[in-house]
Amino acid sequence: MSVNRVVLVDAVRSPFGKAGSLYTGTRADDIVVRVMRGLFERNPKLPLDQIDDVAIAAATQTGDQGMNIGRSASLLAGIPHTVPGYSVDRWCAGALTAVTTLAGAISMGSYDIAIAGGVEHMGNHPMGELMDPNPRYLAEKLVESDALAMGNTAERLHDKFPHLTKQRADAYALASQQKTAEAYAVGEIQRDLIPVAIRNPELGYSIATVDEPPRPGTTMEALAGLKTPFRAAGRVTPGNAAGLNDGATAAILASEAKAKELGLPVKAILVNFAFAGVEPEIMGYGPVPSTIKALAKAGLTIEDIGLFEVNEAFAIQVLAFLDHFGIADDDPRVNIHGGAIAVGHPLASSGIRLMLNLARGFEKHPEVRYGITTMCIGLGMGGTVIWENPHFTGDTSKNGKAK
Amino acid sequence: MSIDTNIALPEGAPEEVVTHSLLREVDLRAFGFEGTLALITLDNGLDHNRPNTFGAKTLLELNERITEALASSASAIAITGKPFIFAAGADLSALSFLTSTEQAIAIGKLGHDVFRRLHEEKKPTFAFINGLALGGGLEIGLHSDYRTISATAFTALPEVFLGLIPGWGGATILPQLIGPEKAVQVIMVNALNNNTMLKAKEAAALGIVDAIFEPSDFLEKSVQFAADILSGKKKIERVDHTGDQAAWDNALATGRAAMNKKYGGAQIAAPLAALELIAGSRTASRGEGFAAEGALMKDLVMSDPLRASLYAFNLIQKKRKKVEGAPKAALARKVKKVGVVGAGLMASQLALIILRNLKVPVVITDLDQERVDKGLTYIRGELAKLVEKRRMSPETATRLSALITGSTEKSIYAGCDFIIEAIFEELSLKQKLFNELEGIISPECILATNTSSLSVTKMSEGLKNPERVIGFHFFNPVAIMPLLEIARTAATDDPTTATAVAIGKELKKTMVIVNDSPAFVVNRLLTRFMGEITDAIDEGTPPDVADSAMLPLGLPMSSLQLLGLVGPGVALHVAETLHEALGERYKISPTMQAFVEKGIRTFYIKGADGSHSVNPDALALIKAGNSPSTTEAVRLRALNALAQEAKMMLDEGVVATPAEIDLCMLLGCGWPIHLGGILPYLDREGISESVTGSRFHPAGVASLPR
Repeated sequence: MSVNRVVLVDAVRSPFGKAGSLYTGTRADDIVVRVMRGLFERNPKLPLDQIDDVAIAAATQTGDQGMNIGRSASLLAGIPHTVPGYSVDRWCAGALTAVTTLAGAISMGSYDIAIAGGVEHMGNHPMGELMDPNPRYLAEKLVESDALAMGNTAERLHDKFPHLTKQRADAYALASQQKTAEAYAVGEIQRDLIPVAIRNPELGYSIATVDEPPRPGTTMEALAGLKTPFRAAGRVTPGNAAGLNDGATAAILASEAKAKELGLPVKAILVNFAFAGVEPEIMGYGPVPSTIKALAKAGLTIEDIGLFEVNEAFAIQVLAFLDHFGIADDDPRVNIHGGAIAVGHPLASSGIRLMLNLARGFEKHPEVRYGITTMCIGLGMGGTVIWENPHFTGDTSKNGKAK
Repeated sequence: MSIDTNIALPEGAPEEVVTHSLLREVDLRAFGFEGTLALITLDNGLDHNRPNTFGAKTLLELNERITEALASSASAIAITGKPFIFAAGADLSALSFLTSTEQAIAIGKLGHDVFRRLHEEKKPTFAFINGLALGGGLEIGLHSDYRTISATAFTALPEVFLGLIPGWGGATILPQLIGPEKAVQVIMVNALNNNTMLKAKEAAALGIVDAIFEPSDFLEKSVQFAADILSGKKKIERVDHTGDQAAWDNALATGRAAMNKKYGGAQIAAPLAALELIAGSRTASRGEGFAAEGALMKDLVMSDPLRASLYAFNLIQKKRKKVEGAPKAALARKVKKVGVVGAGLMASQLALIILRNLKVPVVITDLDQERVDKGLTYIRGELAKLVEKRRMSPETATRLSALITGSTEKSIYAGCDFIIEAIFEELSLKQKLFNELEGIISPECILATNTSSLSVTKMSEGLKNPERVIGFHFFNPVAIMPLLEIARTAATDDPTTATAVAIGKELKKTMVIVNDSPAFVVNRLLTRFMGEITDAIDEGTPPDVADSAMLPLGLPMSSLQLLGLVGPGVALHVAETLHEALGERYKISPTMQAFVEKGIRTFYIKGADGSHSVNPDALALIKAGNSPSTTEAVRLRALNALAQEAKMMLDEGVVATPAEIDLCMLLGCGWPIHLGGILPYLDREGISESVTGSRFHPAGVASLPR
């Protein structure tokens, strides 16, 4: 058994839509298939028949996200039938898990090239669709009723950390919108978007080319005026949380040696990863223990990390993470192009969106050696992947013992 | 340009299923062009089983969207379809109800007026042909400046097949775009060759479309194509084809040959009109071409042959699904094992088609092992050929090969649910066979006969279970000819008929249920009119005069060519049977007897170059009398005979309606749709009234309303 370095060759995504809007009438599998084909088009050196596996994540695996979406999307995308595929589910961290699971196989030498991806059409599959929680959860008080509604877990985080106020959450959300708007203005985000044909039976065909959710013009006043749908006098609003969204992502992973052999680009080098659990009622806290664990495995400290891509399911959950590690709410290393609060969070697809943002950050910041992608996961988990910047120009003999 | 928006639906026509034009603007910045594309989606709101079509309301709505798109900030206009369908052309449902020339001119002009804007207005236009594009569907693309097509889409200009012309610009633009030879291939040759459609690759090779993209991201790639054209990154060169006079002459000759081949030398209005337009398009401006199209189109639309064609076309579509007089489908019994008696060519063809479609065990028998083996070898060989042509997977062929077995012992028919015999055409043999089989099979097993002229009723007489006997009459070649005559006797029960119909559906045949009577429908009518031709020859009419009598009808072959196909032996046998069963009007031709006696198989000999010449041996055998007739006289007596026989069949209740007689002639012997089968032609020629005292179809059903 050998240990191979795993690299991110490329990652792309569809424009994200608001559930019940942009992608109404368009199938989830069609979106992810298009994203995969767009990924292959911009990487013509990738021989499709040499892909060892395809893992596609979806939090709801029925209907147009069912039939083993990993295999089904491969066939629909025109990947040769000799290439296998499977489906992944870890709720919001589906694509993140597709990446880490495939990376494990590459690392131990089983695979050379793999495709990871994620898709969620929350318009076609509303949250909680077909969910059937075991009555024991509540009967035996395994969790409180708050644990299953994500908005309530976010309110619980506010309860747990009263100094992380609604005002701070709104300010964070505003910054996310502004950073996204700035990135859009210079075409930074569009570079990784694959245009997707959409068809609404009432409106006809069109092409989705940009994200639908961003609200670049929003203000603190506007955010302050929003309702708190999860509880009276709450703090979590549609303004400081990600919405319900549709979209898909896909990435090429390879062993460093294979990437070199085929002349494929390297956008990030995987250092290590970890998942960790927390009480389901405060699932948003998950990235804290998973990051601690991942840093320990990598032999790094939080100070070694120069870029953070933290999924913004809720502003409070990012604030809790930053607060724990003593990072300022507006630290420029964090979510350089904004995050899910602005562009949306089609559950299982988001992990790869974090990676493609991080990869763009690495390009722009050759002085940064390490970055992380991390996200919270429903039912009380966090996942963290640590990446090394292939463009790093600094002294590699210093800090960190990462392999 | 002013568009006449005041076009009413003709009286009696069904309400138009409007294909809506849905307009959205697509941002082209993601495709490298600063600007937008006005994308019009054609969508009638129904699934792919009901394709988009163009009627008056549809055209007016499209016109409005084009106006909006032109007024918008969009840099270009593109048109695409709904999933799997671009557009299937003009809405034919209203065409049959047009009563005035003015209406016909108006709908033709409306199409031109709307479509031509795509070329004449300032903005570049694109057609993204995402799925099936037929007739007007392709024509709207031809008016556009550029065309892309999905790799799995099919396209065609089938108008000439229907008795029309590509009269919304196609006949003018296509020759100018791709040259006369290729245009003739599409407009004439393909249309007349059973309406052959073009695969996307073929359309691209002909130059009809500019780019071909995979269906999975067809729209994205098409929009990229449009953006590249707009930005100047991509250029499409068009060729001027007008200079090469020889090419035009060749093309027109090819087109004429295609018409002559299809209609046996008859001059038929629609292909002639198409040829005229193609010829004119060399020098005509688009406007002049469209005007010529409009003038010819109006004449065709307001003609009896077109109305008969529409009637026939609709009849074929409708009866493909619904079998007139069929008992409830629920009465059909499951068929898990099928027997075919005989292993000759016909029996082997039957076994093969049943095997391929029912995919159940099929057993065949014949008198000796050698014949059985020959049959099995034929069937397995045909399966292998299908695999070779990639029309069947090797696994399916292996599966089917294992399902077919043969024997010389009739005991292998035990356990069959359906047995069809195709043994020698002799009643006593068939009676004996059915009797013998009754000792082997269950009382429910259906006994079907593929006889062409013997009495099914007589075959069932004396059986313990006559209710299980039914006629199941195919036409040669079995795999290709779409008709199946199902003949019930007075004793045949509903479960037997329902099962036979269910099997026929599985075999993808169009069925006509007839009450058992000699030769059913097709062979009775064919034999009757062939008899008139041979009688005329026997009376002293020169064979070439007699044989050209039916030429103006545009039948697929002349009477004596047909005789060669059927074979004088079979023809004589059927004539003898009908002579005995139906009387003197079916004469036994001494010439035919002589042909059979001397082993003459064909009247014509086909030369190496495909030309036909008279077989001198056949000519020498003609026993000519001394009262020759003229061509016209022979035609008249043949048509009179057809009218008389059809009337008798309806009076006898062989079939329930005239439409079924038409259907039989359309699908059983490939008679052209402009005859409406045959009865609409007899009606419009006045034959029906002079022979039977009345028309078969009321005026307006398969003809212009009067």
